[in-house]
Amino acid sequence: MNDLSVAGHLALKEVWRNRGRYFLFSMVIALITILVLFIAALAEGLANSNREYLSKLDAQLVVLAERSDKLIAASRLARSRVSAVARVDGVDEAGAVAFASAVLAEPLPADADTPPLRISLVGVEPGRPGEPAVLQGRALSTNSASEAILDRAVLQRLEVQVGDTVVVQSTQGTRDEYFSLKVVGVSDGQQYLFQPTVFVPLYTWDRIRPKGEGESSRAELTVNAIAIRLADPAQLETVRAQLIGQVDDIEVLTIREAYENLPGYSAQQSTLSTQQIFTLLIGVLVIGGFFQIQVLQKVPQIGVLKAIGAANLAVGAAAILQIIVVTAFGVGLGGAATLLLTLGLPPTIPFAFTGPSVVAALTALLLIGPLGGSVSIRYSVRIEPLKALGLAS
Amino acid sequence: MSTVALETKSVVKTYRLDGQTIHAVDQVSLQVNAGEFVALVGPSGSGKTTLLAILAALLSPSSGEVLVDGQDLAKMKDAERVSFRREKIGFTFQANNLVPYLTAQENVELMLRLNGRLDRAGRDRARELLVRLGLGERLHNLPSQMSGGQQQRVAIARALVHRPALVLADEPTASLDTERAFQVVQTFAELIHEQNRAGIMVTHDLRMVAYTDRVIQMQDGQVVRVLSSRDEIEALARGGEQPAAARPAPARPVSVPSAGVWQPNFVPQPASD
Repeated sequence: MNDLSVAGHLALKEVWRNRGRYFLFSMVIALITILVLFIAALAEGLANSNREYLSKLDAQLVVLAERSDKLIAASRLARSRVSAVARVDGVDEAGAVAFASAVLAEPLPADADTPPLRISLVGVEPGRPGEPAVLQGRALSTNSASEAILDRAVLQRLEVQVGDTVVVQSTQGTRDEYFSLKVVGVSDGQQYLFQPTVFVPLYTWDRIRPKGEGESSRAELTVNAIAIRLADPAQLETVRAQLIGQVDDIEVLTIREAYENLPGYSAQQSTLSTQQIFTLLIGVLVIGGFFQIQVLQKVPQIGVLKAIGAANLAVGAAAILQIIVVTAFGVGLGGAATLLLTLGLPPTIPFAFTGPSVVAALTALLLIGPLGGSVSIRYSVRIEPLKALGLAS
Repeated sequence: MSTVALETKSVVKTYRLDGQTIHAVDQVSLQVNAGEFVALVGPSGSGKTTLLAILAALLSPSSGEVLVDGQDLAKMKDAERVSFRREKIGFTFQANNLVPYLTAQENVELMLRLNGRLDRAGRDRARELLVRLGLGERLHNLPSQMSGGQQQRVAIARALVHRPALVLADEPTASLDTERAFQVVQTFAELIHEQNRAGIMVTHDLRMVAYTDRVIQMQDGQVVRVLSSRDEIEALARGGEQPAAARPAPARPVSVPSAGVWQPNFVPQPASD
């Protein structure tokens, strides 16, 4: 116990009396922290703006057409398949979901230089899985109402609120058509494929969606996917097997599989996590190098300390404590700086500072200190007290 | 009657070097009482620093006994040696004596802190020692803000503050000018006597032995001469800086004049066959 108190005394006095040097080194750790957190928050932000709608679905499984290779955009299912899917045991409720892209012709961005907002136009069945929960206003009323729920990301970019009318522009054959929709509700962030989302009732969606020349809304509506809410989420694998067994020509994905197969999602995330790992590795080397140089400079001093009776435990604990203090200070400083920077960034930059990947990055950053310093800690414990007399055993 | 603080019995320390056995310390038996200040002199490689390391429980002897305050160092385990050093030994070194990021007072208190005995009385004692050593104005200075002599005096205070049985000084004047060197050793001797500690000083500088009670000369790992009369010691101290030490050691075993007839300019002579 006394050894630890000696260690604390020595470690903190040394840091304090050399605070200029240690502060500078903390700044280096802070810069590494900013870099790692930026990458982590960017990865999280990018992932979110790609998959946010899917990952927040009030459903556990997603049904796609067979041979769509897990790609939602490649899947076409007849609307009538929903009832076949819903009949399978263990399925609580099923809702068709259809995706398209469009442009909001009204309101336009306040800044005249900014182009009109491109949106993901998502057709959902009112009251069924697929429709997002509203934070403000109400849910969609009927399957063909001219109503819309806006994702919060739309509100961050445009001056619009519940009760307003928005106009969606979409190409129908060779002409642009304009569809007025009443905003009935606002959901939390629900971006899909990097675009803010406008949710509309399924038949309204079919009317608005871009169409080719000569194509019209046919009698049989085609959707991309069916979202399934299970009676018991623990029975996921069982129900999945039953669905495949009982309904022809479908493939069934979990939510995670569905978003991991979004175009580019996995490639993007693995690129960013590789960058993050390399930055962390550089951090380990920088911290390790700094403390190793420190110890090499302190060999005679540590020898004297041991010669006058400081135990190895005291010397080792002092080294660890110093590393922890300096790393924690640097990470704290870097974390605070990153937080301030994110507050200054416009909401349109995909940047999520609160996600689990940021927590993981912070933990990793705090661990690289002791990891990088472990060599120097080992070295300082092995310095012989005989060094104080200029001898070696 | 004075108590025996240190006793060695036939202490031997051997090394293997390039297949040869080197006797760094060879059959050294000596005794130092509490309140006695002893100089250990001899040329480089004579084994005095190795002997000092053995007395400080930094090295184990290859054979023989080392008793400090009645405890046999040879029988101690590593952890026991560490606590023995911080409790029973006071140490000053040639260089890098002080912890550079602690003030003079904190450096002295460190010995008490290591022993878990840093209380108000301990702090007062540390301060009093520093004041006694003329460092009353320097209590809160870092080593880098003090001269070499001042640093050595802080080291002396540190070596005494925890009331050790044995105080060891390795070349305490090596980096000091003559005037400061005399001051440091004089104060050291005074404190050893005042506080009734046993003190051993390794030195190259024979002028410094003037303040000691006994001089032990080593050569080739052996004690070759012991001076204990005041006249002999003072004669040696007057005799110059390094009469015996600076000259090359003879290649053959030396014959040693019988005890008590130390000459200031004594040069060991090859033994006649």
